Amino acid sequence: MSGGVLVLGEGEHGRLRAGTNALLEAARSLAEQGAGPVSLAVIDADADAVLAGAAARVAGVRELIAVPSPHGSFEAHVSQAALEGLIEAHRPAIVLAGHTVDSLGFLAAVAARGRHGFASDVTRVSFQAGGLHAWRGDYGERLLAELDFPAKKTVLLALRAGAFATRAPSDGAPAPGGEAFAPRVSRLELALAGRMRSERIELRASAGEPDIDRAEVLLGIGRGIGGAEAVPRLERLASRLGAALVASGAPVEAGWVSRTRKIGQSGRTVAPRVYLALGISGAPQHLAGIAGATTIIAINTDPNARIFDVADHGAVADLFEVAAELERQLG
Amino acid sequence: MNILVPVKQAGHLPDDFVLEDGARPAPEALEWRLNEWDERALETALGLVESSGAGEVLVASVGPVQAEAGLRACLAKGATRALRVWDDSLADADALIVAELLAALARREQPDLIVCGVQASDTAAAATPAALAGLLDLPRVAAVGGARREHDDLLVERELEGGAVEVLRIGLPALLSVQSTPGRPRQANLRAIKQARSAPLETLVPGDLDLDEARLREVAGARLVRLSERARVSGAHMLDGPPVEVAAWIAAIIAVESPA
Ligand SMILES: Cc1cc2nc3c(=O)[nH]c(=O)nc-3n(C[C@H](O)[C@H](O)[C@H](O)COP(=O)(O)OP(=O)(O)OC[C@H]3O[C@@H](n4cnc5c(N)ncnc54)[C@H](O)[C@@H]3O)c2cc1C
Ligand SMILES: Nc1ncnc2c1ncn2[C@@H]1O[C@H](COP(=O)(O)O)[C@@H](O)[C@H]1O
Repeated sequence: MSGGVLVLGEGEHGRLRAGTNALLEAARSLAEQGAGPVSLAVIDADADAVLAGAAARVAGVRELIAVPSPHGSFEAHVSQAALEGLIEAHRPAIVLAGHTVDSLGFLAAVAARGRHGFASDVTRVSFQAGGLHAWRGDYGERLLAELDFPAKKTVLLALRAGAFATRAPSDGAPAPGGEAFAPRVSRLELALAGRMRSERIELRASAGEPDIDRAEVLLGIGRGIGGAEAVPRLERLASRLGAALVASGAPVEAGWVSRTRKIGQSGRTVAPRVYLALGISGAPQHLAGIAGATTIIAINTDPNARIFDVADHGAVADLFEVAAELERQLG
Repeated sequence: MNILVPVKQAGHLPDDFVLEDGARPAPEALEWRLNEWDERALETALGLVESSGAGEVLVASVGPVQAEAGLRACLAKGATRALRVWDDSLADADALIVAELLAALARREQPDLIVCGVQASDTAAAATPAALAGLLDLPRVAAVGGARREHDDLLVERELEGGAVEVLRIGLPALLSVQSTPGRPRQANLRAIKQARSAPLETLVPGDLDLDEARLREVAGARLVRLSERARVSGAHMLDGPPVEVAAWIAAIIAVESPA
């Protein structure tokens, strides 16, 4: 095969990660616009099992490619070599991967070494007569940049989790160019054994914070609180609200709040009844942790803050004025 | 141990910015701040040099003259040397072009270690470090939360999804991209800030690194078609009222959603 859209799926505990569904969906929509057939590759120690278990989710995919990895866990250099081997063997026009903490270690490396087209944290794609276009944020996401990839035979895109809708697997209609019947299954054996250049010494699970798991209401605080001195007061407010206090990345990195209270991609994922965000801008890595909240309320002085895009209720206001009023009213 | 820390002076739009014609705003129209992840990268590098007892930290920026303020801030915190690469043809440079320039610089400087930030706060590409490691064929770890030397190797903590931490061993030379530091990055004292103002700062053009415009255009990952305002997709019900009303309304929502 050459041309077409290659989706780089991620396996986890022998199964296809949920995030791969959105990549497949983006690939199917590119195929519908004429970008060519979709194939799905998985680089994993259990690649065959991951793909076998994914059958119901791969409607419209023409080929499933297992790339067996000699290593049980993700290793950036093995993934780099494997993707280079995949591109060499299949010559896809477009490669879609997730913009995940793993792909940060190798996707741009493959792009730079192969002189391929590349864009990361992509939130929209389209395929038109003029070829592939991708959109991504710029200037702290105040603006949107539209990109194209003239003269590139292969373009690697890292797609933002959550920016691409997923359909239920059952209504995933086969894409033009794909087949209605079962996809072809193949295996790509690559000499990956010697490619590992980092060795895992230890894996530590995140420390638990039982109050966060129990709470129906979470009070999330961000850089907007201004400094560590504001934390005790907001802790008191949280307890008045019957809420647990959590934070975005910025107050954690600044040392104002314990790391065990970070919510988001590199922190905890939560699903409270109410998430009250005070002074949080709504970076994608933060939003990744609160997608399961039933109701999101956001208070921010910036009317353009991205948190308002996902909030159910919002107010452009100073968090301290609102906090003071809440304290007063709750007595 | 000699360490190269590539730092980006990130350009942010002022509150009252209006997009004119879909093209990049001129450097003078932006507010410039050192990328926050690069402060953590610098802290990581300074800590490693201090604990190894010898070596220097070279900070390098691909950027217009506004980048010098960020480089001087790094010098004030303890970086030994600073260097800036620029010419106006680089105004649209993406992560792959920056990586190409930094790779040429690293070949000249031969550091034992390169420490980047995990992403830049303006473009949020999170791509330059892996691209650079790929071009130099260096082992690398992304999203680092701390590093220490162990004999000839580094032990590196990597922040995984969900708050898990992976500890990895890698050999040198290598490249790290830093997400966080165990403690707060240091602040510079006033005397050091003053001294850094007059410290020497080397400036290069791409030609000094044997790179020309045609070559750099060829390595670009993408071409900018246009910039546009981000469409607001807010489905949020917005309350415009004084804090007293906002507070009452928050309390009411919580009472409904989570009856005590
Ligand atoms: C690999 C990686 C992993 C990451 N993981 C996470 C993660 O797990 N969780 C996470 O949160 N981040 C994570 N980040 C960081 C993320 O990109 C953002 O930097 C971070 O979420 C920003 O935090 P913030 O919204 O508090 O700060 P900012 O973006 O600085 O926002 C502060 C907000 O406060 C508002 N404000 C200021 N003053 C007031 C006031 N008085 N009243 C009301 N509003 C006010 C401002 O308008 C602004 O919107 C990660 C980044 C990377 C690269
Ligand atoms: N223009 C630049 N000059 C120097 N270093 C850079 C530049 N752009 C990116 N970097 C480095 O690459 C990291 C990630 O940036 P990015 O890939 O642009 O998100 C930054 O934290 C810097 O360490």
